[in-house]
Amino acid sequence: MKAPKFSYVRANSLEQVLQLLAQHGEDARILAGGQSLMPTLNMRLSQPRLLIDINRLQALSGIELRGEQVRIGALTRHVDVAGSATVARYLPLIAEAMPHVAHVAVRNRGTFGGSIALADPAAEMPACALSLGATLVLHSTAGRREVAATDYFQGLYQTARRPDELLVEALIPVQQPASVSVFGELAQRHGDFAVAGVAFQLKVERRTVADARLVYFGSEDKPTLAPGASAAIIGRSLDDTSAIAAAESALEHDLSPMSSPHASSRMRLHLQRVLTRRALATAAERVGSA
Amino acid sequence: MSEDTAQIALTVNGEHVTRTVPVRQHLVDFLRTDLGLTGSHLGCEHGVCGACSVRVDGRVVRGCLMLAVQADGAEVLTIEGLTDTGEITDLQEAFVARNALQCGFCTPGMLMTAAELLAEQCPKSREEIRTFLSGNYCRCTGFQAIVDAIETTLAKRLER
Amino acid sequence: MSDKILRSPLDRPNSYIGRTLSRAGAKRAVAGRGRYTDDVSLPRMLHAAFLRSPFAHAQIRAIDVSEAKRQPGVALVMTGAELAKLCTGPWVGTLTCFPGMKSAPQYPLAVDRACWVGEPVAMVVARTRAEAEDAAERIMVEWQELPAVTDKATALDPKTPVLHPELGDNLAFRKTIDTGAVDTAFANADLVIEETFEFGRHTAVSLEPRTLLAAYDKATGKLTITTSSQCPHMIQHVFAHTLGIPQHNVQIIAPDVGGSFGLKIHTYGDELAATAAAIQLGRPVKFVADRLESFVSDIHARENTVKGRIAVSKSGTIEAFDIDVLSGAGAYSQYPRTSVFEATQVLNITGGPYRHKHYRARATVVYQNKVPSSQYRAVGHPIGNSVGEHLVDQAAYRLGIDPIEIRRLNIMPDDGYPATSASGIKLKDLSHQRCLDALVASMDYAGLRQEQARLREKGIHRGIGIATFIKGTAPGPHGYYGTGGAPISSQDACVIKLEPNGGVICAVGVTDQGQGVETVMGQIAAAALGVPIDSVRVLSGDTDATPFGGGTYASRATAIGGEAVYQAARDLRREVLELAGVLLQAEPDGLDIVDAMIVDRSDGRRRLTLAEIGRIGHYQVGELPNSVQPILSHTRRFRLVDDLYIFTNGVQGAYVEVDPDTGFIRLLKLWVVEDCGRLINPQLADEQVRGGCVQGIGGALYEQCLYDEAGQLQNGSLVDYLTPMAAEMPDIDVVHVQTPSSVSELGAKGVGESGTGAAPAVVMNAVNDALRPFGARVTAQPITPESVLMALGRI
Repeated sequence: MKAPKFSYVRANSLEQVLQLLAQHGEDARILAGGQSLMPTLNMRLSQPRLLIDINRLQALSGIELRGEQVRIGALTRHVDVAGSATVARYLPLIAEAMPHVAHVAVRNRGTFGGSIALADPAAEMPACALSLGATLVLHSTAGRREVAATDYFQGLYQTARRPDELLVEALIPVQQPASVSVFGELAQRHGDFAVAGVAFQLKVERRTVADARLVYFGSEDKPTLAPGASAAIIGRSLDDTSAIAAAESALEHDLSPMSSPHASSRMRLHLQRVLTRRALATAAERVGSA
Repeated sequence: MSEDTAQIALTVNGEHVTRTVPVRQHLVDFLRTDLGLTGSHLGCEHGVCGACSVRVDGRVVRGCLMLAVQADGAEVLTIEGLTDTGEITDLQEAFVARNALQCGFCTPGMLMTAAELLAEQCPKSREEIRTFLSGNYCRCTGFQAIVDAIETTLAKRLER
Repeated sequence: MSDKILRSPLDRPNSYIGRTLSRAGAKRAVAGRGRYTDDVSLPRMLHAAFLRSPFAHAQIRAIDVSEAKRQPGVALVMTGAELAKLCTGPWVGTLTCFPGMKSAPQYPLAVDRACWVGEPVAMVVARTRAEAEDAAERIMVEWQELPAVTDKATALDPKTPVLHPELGDNLAFRKTIDTGAVDTAFANADLVIEETFEFGRHTAVSLEPRTLLAAYDKATGKLTITTSSQCPHMIQHVFAHTLGIPQHNVQIIAPDVGGSFGLKIHTYGDELAATAAAIQLGRPVKFVADRLESFVSDIHARENTVKGRIAVSKSGTIEAFDIDVLSGAGAYSQYPRTSVFEATQVLNITGGPYRHKHYRARATVVYQNKVPSSQYRAVGHPIGNSVGEHLVDQAAYRLGIDPIEIRRLNIMPDDGYPATSASGIKLKDLSHQRCLDALVASMDYAGLRQEQARLREKGIHRGIGIATFIKGTAPGPHGYYGTGGAPISSQDACVIKLEPNGGVICAVGVTDQGQGVETVMGQIAAAALGVPIDSVRVLSGDTDATPFGGGTYASRATAIGGEAVYQAARDLRREVLELAGVLLQAEPDGLDIVDAMIVDRSDGRRRLTLAEIGRIGHYQVGELPNSVQPILSHTRRFRLVDDLYIFTNGVQGAYVEVDPDTGFIRLLKLWVVEDCGRLINPQLADEQVRGGCVQGIGGALYEQCLYDEAGQLQNGSLVDYLTPMAAEMPDIDVVHVQTPSSVSELGAKGVGESGTGAAPAVVMNAVNDALRPFGARVTAQPITPESVLMALGRI
């Protein structure tokens, strides 16, 4: 499977990228890590006219603490996110998720921004971004635009990014001392696309859940906040088994799992319930040991 | 549409190389056909099997998911070059002694990946070794001999 | 010259027979210096790509290649109709050993009609593979879609369309084995268990895909093909005969082969087409089946539904088995090995370890609009073993008998050979009892049962599986490979030569795909002759350089090829000692060869080097009397004489953990006790077992080709066709029992496939053991988390 013909530009500046996107729109594809784009090219599933290689734009890379936010540049490689002390300290949800992201070689090239921009329903980073309430920053020739994660992921591989926009960075609020996060996913083999996954962030006051962002991924067409499940545990203790059972139950309405040859929607809903129970138990343990 | 090409200049196995390549050509096809470095293999060309693993700027990557043009200015190390540096002679000897390869097609990719594990210089359980290799497909060995060979090499290195 | 007084190299201390040595080929491979077919380039070489049918069944009303021909770099575009004119005839995949079998004639590229998604329809040959693919996209085909037959369960219904009208129906073959009195046995049994089993369709997924490089010299009429094949001589025959080139002018070279597993014992239309292009163009043509096309063109296997019944007495004696096998063959019977063999093997081996006398087994093989299926590692054994061993386990459970004990009660006794199985196979030199005892010890069965009980109380659900098995290896010429009519040799050969320097060249007809055949042949030759292993160079995989053989298939290389080497080396040894006797004026019986030195047998005194024999034998022959003509080159061929197979046996144990909430299965450990006769290289044998088990685990837990009703393969990539990877696989303990085969001097049996044959059975038994407290059971493979949850009633 050899890729079809396309034109290629190695961008030297952000301005150049934005000009080309304004000019070509959907006929152009951004080449960052290439871990998702290149397979589709090699398999001739997509035939873009132009590839814009942004790998030289070092300004788009980097992890910094900025006050109460962590900035992760879109071009930051997964391996650098995984190895970042800043991420480990301030965004433990992402640190916990990283070992699940594909495999070593893919993490060495694949980028944080690439994962967010593609918004594969089974991807870990979009789920974390949503759970952590990240802000995605988009640039175009028209200027700079911020989109909250809750508005960013819109459907199956569909995001708020317009064809002429480039995702430049994510600004992610740091986890507060009173918060606990839990990440979990189920896949038949390590590194496979998750059939079900959870990225939970809970604000806890003396074992009572004050606020909850329960994000589900892998089963849905996009990372999905579960309002019913969240409501079932807010104001209740982490040790309250009936609250947890109510949360599991609420998923029936919160989620619309997809079906695939590997796992039916019924199966995925069931797994999300199991993950919910296990993740909340883990949260309880983590709060206990804090 | 005509075939777009670009000039690239890079270092491959310590040797400076300049070539004109079709922009759509991936790195492993470039290494194999333009430079005769046939030690890197193609098993899937969609980034799953790991047979194409090469080291680019110090990190193991899937060579089939990188365009040759993207390697402009990069330092590329293939299994041939890695062998010549002697960095993993002990690992290669362990592979041979333990028969951690049969058909040998996955082996360069396995060694590239294992080299990165060894470079971390920290103890790893068998389970951790297996997880590290999770992106490298082998159909012949069933993986156990590969894990054995890496485990013994790592243990010997950490002893030193 | 009597051989009795020559002490057998099998008995010597420090013999290479039974010694672990590392492989010379491994040293090259770890340095990235393997030489696979795609690594070979020839001047002016071109590349082939194919247009393949996007439909499971469609008429080809017209093909317009004009635009394709104009694309940059294109040298040739060929349709099926054009290729058919270059062929001496179509392939018909039937053999006379399957009476009544029918198959439609098949051309290498589809001519009027495509019969499966992926069938090659037209070929482009261009300067680069990328350009060939670009041009292939410009081929215009006018298709008329036809109804597709995909469900084997309804393939023979009168309402189902007939795939090949000239055949009358979709039946490829039917076979029945019936000992008689089976219904009585079932009627009289204290317990009858009946179950239906499903087995998913598999594909081999060798990491190196099928690859071929063909070059034709118009001046001499010689065709040279370098190809990733296990069976160079068979390829030589088929390609020569199909393309009308005299077979002796065709050279097939199989260099390093990146995995095969039976995939590469077959012939493929796309490879034949690329060869025809090379002949037509007078330029080398290379074809590499990329991963996506591999999924829809490599042979498939294993698609079977089996209804199985076991009749047991209340004391646990197995009275009878009765199985009904429905096999989905695909669109054509694969030429030349057919697509019915797997089903017949299921009939042959199900319940094979046991002493019951009553057996009925029916196989129905049907055509479907899917990829043609054929032999793939362990052919039929994963299916038959899974069925038989599950039924035995179920019987044990229902009767309250331990699964080990019920097997002890029923397995053929070690001192009871020769014996005949209920299916009519002659068995000898087996060791079920010894193997079972060794397994119980090796896995600490009692300890595991205790641990299982303890953990169950804590809500952790582990299962222990046992599977006893037989495995047919190294076929002989009286069945399939011989009287059946297949142009595939069941004999194998060795030409062994002493070189002037005392070195030895050992050319063999069997081939190496990394399992270590070359090393093992070298060990046998060195041991039999009495030379250091480094003195021996083994040649294989080149029809110009090796004697005619069958290549490697059905785990035959060591058992058949190795015996030929052993006998040829003994012949060379005899001649060397005779020459030495002449030169030394001594009795050859009083001499021996040890470490390339001719010594006095009585006291080990060194008399002559082998190099001296070489020098004199080749150059200074005047030092010998005129009546003595040194040959120093010996050929031997070996085949089974009466037996259809050399059967082997063993037993596997598995320990798994099932998460009843998620359905996920963790493989904790596997144990294998394997009897493959005399071991030549224990490490290589162990590694065959390990690799084979993991490949079998693939079938048990992960692998299936998923087809929709329209005959579209839904998961034809490595993303969606799941194969075992390192993080999920267990360590596997291997122990050997050695009961030498009585059909050869070496006594070696085959080992390459048995791991794959029994692992699915033992894993399924272990999972079901874990599920037993829940009253749940799975009988379909692959066992997915979803199927476990459904069995548990959780979803």
